[in-house]
Amino acid sequence: MAEAAGPSMAPGRLMTETRGRVRLHWTDVFSYAYLAFGVLLMFGPVVWLVMSSFKTPAGLVEFPPTFLPLGQIEVTVEGHDDPLLLFDVTMEDGTTRELAQIRRIGIVSQMIDPADPTQTFRVPIENREAIREFRLALENYIDPLERFDFLRYLWNSVVVTTVATIVTLLINSMAAYGLAIYEFRGRGTIMIFVIGTLMIPITVILVPVYLVVTQLGMVNTLWAVILPGAATPTGVFLLRQYMLTIPRDLIEAARMDKASEWTIYWRVVLPLAMPAIAVLAIFSIMWRWNEFLWPLIVLNRSEVYTLQVGLNAFQGELDVQWHYILAMTVVTLIPVVVVFAFLQKFITTGIASSGMK
Amino acid sequence: MTEIRLRDVRKSFGSTDVIHGIDLAVASGEFCVFVGPSGCGKSTLLRIIAGLEDVTAGAVEIDGEVVNGTPAADRGLAMVFQSYALYPHMSVYDNMAFGLENAKLPRTEIDVRVRHAAELLQITDYLRRKPKALSGGQRQRVAIGRAIVRDPKAFLFDEPLSNLDAELRVAMRRELSALHAKIGGTMIYVTHDQTEAMTLADKIVVLRDGTVAQTGTPLELYNSPDNAFVAGFIGSPRMNLIEAVAEPGARGTALRAGAARIEVPPLAGLAPGGQVTFGIRPEHIAMGAADESDLTATVAFAEQLGGETYLYVDAEGLPQLTLHQPGQVPVRQGERIGLRFDRAEMHLFDADGRVLANGLVP
Repeated sequence: MAEAAGPSMAPGRLMTETRGRVRLHWTDVFSYAYLAFGVLLMFGPVVWLVMSSFKTPAGLVEFPPTFLPLGQIEVTVEGHDDPLLLFDVTMEDGTTRELAQIRRIGIVSQMIDPADPTQTFRVPIENREAIREFRLALENYIDPLERFDFLRYLWNSVVVTTVATIVTLLINSMAAYGLAIYEFRGRGTIMIFVIGTLMIPITVILVPVYLVVTQLGMVNTLWAVILPGAATPTGVFLLRQYMLTIPRDLIEAARMDKASEWTIYWRVVLPLAMPAIAVLAIFSIMWRWNEFLWPLIVLNRSEVYTLQVGLNAFQGELDVQWHYILAMTVVTLIPVVVVFAFLQKFITTGIASSGMK
Repeated sequence: MTEIRLRDVRKSFGSTDVIHGIDLAVASGEFCVFVGPSGCGKSTLLRIIAGLEDVTAGAVEIDGEVVNGTPAADRGLAMVFQSYALYPHMSVYDNMAFGLENAKLPRTEIDVRVRHAAELLQITDYLRRKPKALSGGQRQRVAIGRAIVRDPKAFLFDEPLSNLDAELRVAMRRELSALHAKIGGTMIYVTHDQTEAMTLADKIVVLRDGTVAQTGTPLELYNSPDNAFVAGFIGSPRMNLIEAVAEPGARGTALRAGAARIEVPPLAGLAPGGQVTFGIRPEHIAMGAADESDLTATVAFAEQLGGETYLYVDAEGLPQLTLHQPGQVPVRQGERIGLRFDRAEMHLFDADGRVLANGLVP
């Protein structure tokens, strides 16, 4: 099936592809069922998040929960200033009518017929059912973006992610170049030290790094977030292992071609390491975009907040504004999803399939 | 024009010595081929000349100047790698221009040079392609083109034809030869294929275990090998090498090998009872009547190529012998034939493999 399912295949055909037989084999059925389960497991929560982000605060706490965001229909009735909620009411004689509620007193609600505002009814609340329609609570998105300056947070996040990723790629690939291309005594030991730093959790170095950042006067600037994490052991390791696979002949050919070390790095090794660079770029973007603890510590003024820190602001000690949190979570997800969708193709295409035999 | 000279060059990797003191001079404009079995140090020697390896001791001189400390980039040499080592992400044009860009040549000059080299190698049509989209022979040309554009002091080739199929190899061999005739220039060429060495070289350097076994023109090596190793290595099919014991004979000396007893003229340094090896090339064994033959043998199999015939024959107590006969020879498998060795073309080596005589004539 792997050979058959080439990229040129039409999606329709792909869905009904079998293992060389005409009818679905039980293994096909099983595969699809398993994949469907996987999709549900992975995408279920995300879809639920998106749906919930469009619900009103009341809709969020409703039980049993609804899948779609719904809102109760309201009508304006003559003689009443505010719009009234519309209900389906089962009358005492068994007929059902659409009535608008004027007020509710205990278990009885006082209702009015919107078509004939002169007539009022007293209806027990268990005899009425709210009429609802599919409605998106767009204010969940608009309010934070307008009132809470979320666009500013978004911009900060974009700056941090972009600059940090570029710095990370540059520094890590230079370190990897040194550790992969040059042969010197202690190369392996240095690599082990680099990998070894993976074992130190961020909580251990939190205080010393904070002190350094403070001394450098970077607190409450975006550099405080960008610089400390720029050199990642994972990135150095990833790039170095990839660069080791670049044929030595190419480096030597470049040396014979009078290339300086910078030229070899910039014009030969870096383009050939592109698949690994792309992987690290994706990782770096996701790390930086989702980073929370460190920005929370060094960014204390709201004009330098990143999205993740901004989201945290909705979470008060007593009151959690779930509708805003959910909506802004969706916003924070979008760039990562887009980046991944575009770059994941890059991961799988190795461009170093080379002029080598 | 460039002369390259090695003076007592030694190289060790850790405690392993791979080059044991090589003295060598490659004259200006010469096509010099390093040949030897794998592991003999020929590629290492080339890399030492290129500057990609340091020498452990000794000196490399280019035009009389010691370049031991000079990095590869500044030696002014160009190298063609076995893997071609084309930059896979650059087009053919960029591959060839890369070295010139590093040398900070003006754009127009680069363009002229690249196009000139491309024309010379007939790759003008491929200039925009990536190496991936080229065949082996085309990649080979690009690799050579990349060397030519730099107008280097000397060309170094590291087994450049070994990745090509047999037919293309022969064609490229001819082209390389023509190229050398056209652009001149000192060339050093490494190969394990003695046919390439014979056909291309002005001078062959046979290497064995990190030492020079013999240096000379192709025919010098073919006709007068200094030792049994060179005798066996140069020439295809191989020279027949037979171990024998010298004993007194009717005309002076006789060589006893297996059941055969071969009368040879008296020879200085050949004492009776001494262990020797004698060699005879396949084309120097004649088929004849049994009574005037040196030995009789059974045909194990025959390769009839039409224009020439190779016979592989077994004789009692001897390794299998190869015969080369012009034209078509009507023999069948299992047939017994008489063999006569041409004394003038026999080579005799002592127990250590050093040559005693090339041609046993009185």
